[in-house]
Amino acid sequence: MIHFDQVHKRYPNGREALAGVSFKVERGEMAFLTGHSGAGKSSILKLIALIERPTRGRVIVDDRITSGIRPRAIPQFRRQIGVVFQDHKLLADRPVADNVALPLIIAGVPRREIDKRVRAALDQVGLLGTERSRPLELSTGEQQRVGIARAVVAKPSLLIADEPTGNLDPQLALEIMRLFKRFNDVGVTVVVATHDVHLIDQFGARRIVLGEGRVAVETPP
Amino acid sequence: MSMRAYFARHAQTFVGSLGRIAAAPFAALMTMAVVGIALALPLCLHVFLQNARAATAGWNEGFDISVYLAKFATDARTQAIAAQLKARGDVAGVRIVTAAEALAQFRRYSGFGQALDALTDNPLPNTLIVAPAIAAGTPQGMAALKTAIAAIADVDKVQLDTEWVTRLAAMLDLLHRVVLLAGLLLGIGVALIVGNTIRLDVLNRRSEIEVMKLVGGTDGFARRPFLYSGLWYGFGGGVFALVLVAVAVAAVGGPVGRLAALYGSPFRLSGLDFTTAAFVLAAASVLGLLGSWLAASQHIRAINPS
Repeated sequence: MIHFDQVHKRYPNGREALAGVSFKVERGEMAFLTGHSGAGKSSILKLIALIERPTRGRVIVDDRITSGIRPRAIPQFRRQIGVVFQDHKLLADRPVADNVALPLIIAGVPRREIDKRVRAALDQVGLLGTERSRPLELSTGEQQRVGIARAVVAKPSLLIADEPTGNLDPQLALEIMRLFKRFNDVGVTVVVATHDVHLIDQFGARRIVLGEGRVAVETPP
Repeated sequence: MSMRAYFARHAQTFVGSLGRIAAAPFAALMTMAVVGIALALPLCLHVFLQNARAATAGWNEGFDISVYLAKFATDARTQAIAAQLKARGDVAGVRIVTAAEALAQFRRYSGFGQALDALTDNPLPNTLIVAPAIAAGTPQGMAALKTAIAAIADVDKVQLDTEWVTRLAAMLDLLHRVVLLAGLLLGIGVALIVGNTIRLDVLNRRSEIEVMKLVGGTDGFARRPFLYSGLWYGFGGGVFALVLVAVAVAAVGGPVGRLAALYGSPFRLSGLDFTTAAFVLAAASVLGLLGSWLAASQHIRAINPS
């Protein structure tokens, strides 16, 4: 599903975030991307979602070499990937239902179908009944779950998350991780970047540990 | 995407953009007011011009052409020329003033009776007073008639005392050009005003546009609500301009009517007709759309998630 082949990423300010990263995540797998902050976790997720492009090396997502994807084709490409952000990136002035519906509206799904799928996604994250609330009326954990509902509502085959539990207490963080595991159980490939080693110890999933822009340790699948 | 879903989405954005404007009514009204004032200026000039044309349209009528024949033209020749002129389509009537009649009139009105007695000969020629047909009452028609009469043999001089009417018409034509030019420039101004407002709107919604792009929204998708906002700004400005013109016409209409009445004219100041008003609304909407398209396309392209 994801294949990094000797990927380098140097930012315009000269910082080298990745210095020859290689790893593979198979279809239907769940993997944790860890390492201290600044090790390149976020850069890898940005390369997967085509928010950034590699300076050198190849990134293959869903059998497509991302460097061959033209800017015009990026929106279509991103629709196959569900992304969860540490800061949720919700639209504060829209109700929860509209936030979750956004990917479906963009894809041109009919209105009636949208309502149905938004309710299903909110049900999966345990937030049924909050459709009309504004994101800021919810707790941080609930906002994160709205973000997850938005990431999965269009049924992507790949779900990536950048520090999804960064602002949550251990109990809430565990719940969020279990949620990701549930999506993985139904066949979604899941990649979660997190520095919370204690948390991922409780999951049997594969671990890719980054250090100084390279893969330092990789546990087998 | 099916056509129905496409139109449903447009309808939704269309109404949604109204909601956005309603959320910040003061800023939106300011933009509409500026657009309205910019459009009202050339429109007021247009109304002034249209009324000036209507008021002066009839001025060529009732002006007769004096045709002085050569001194040697006999009475028989005078009759012949008069008949020839009467036969023309652009001539309503011809009256003959013989040299003797003219002298008698002159003697009666001028007060030079004694002096005229000293003349052995009548110095005046036979004269024809030609009344043009109403259809020929335009500056061009009058000029053509004048040239045609002057070309007749034995005609000495054709006098048309309406040259200033021709000049006035020329001036109105010039003013018409000025109005068109002003309209064009201010139209560009309207597109820029709306564009600038949209630019600020886009920057204010930067994070929202980033989120849209992150979940796979195209530039076109992010742009659509701004296009509708621009359309509303333009349309609202057009309505504002029409109101301003109506107020101006109402304010000036009374005095103009009284002035016209003093000259015995039934002239009434008229405002914009329906077609022009509809054109103004359509043009303002298109200009708003154009301005927002330019601004939104450029600024949305520059926003990329990081």
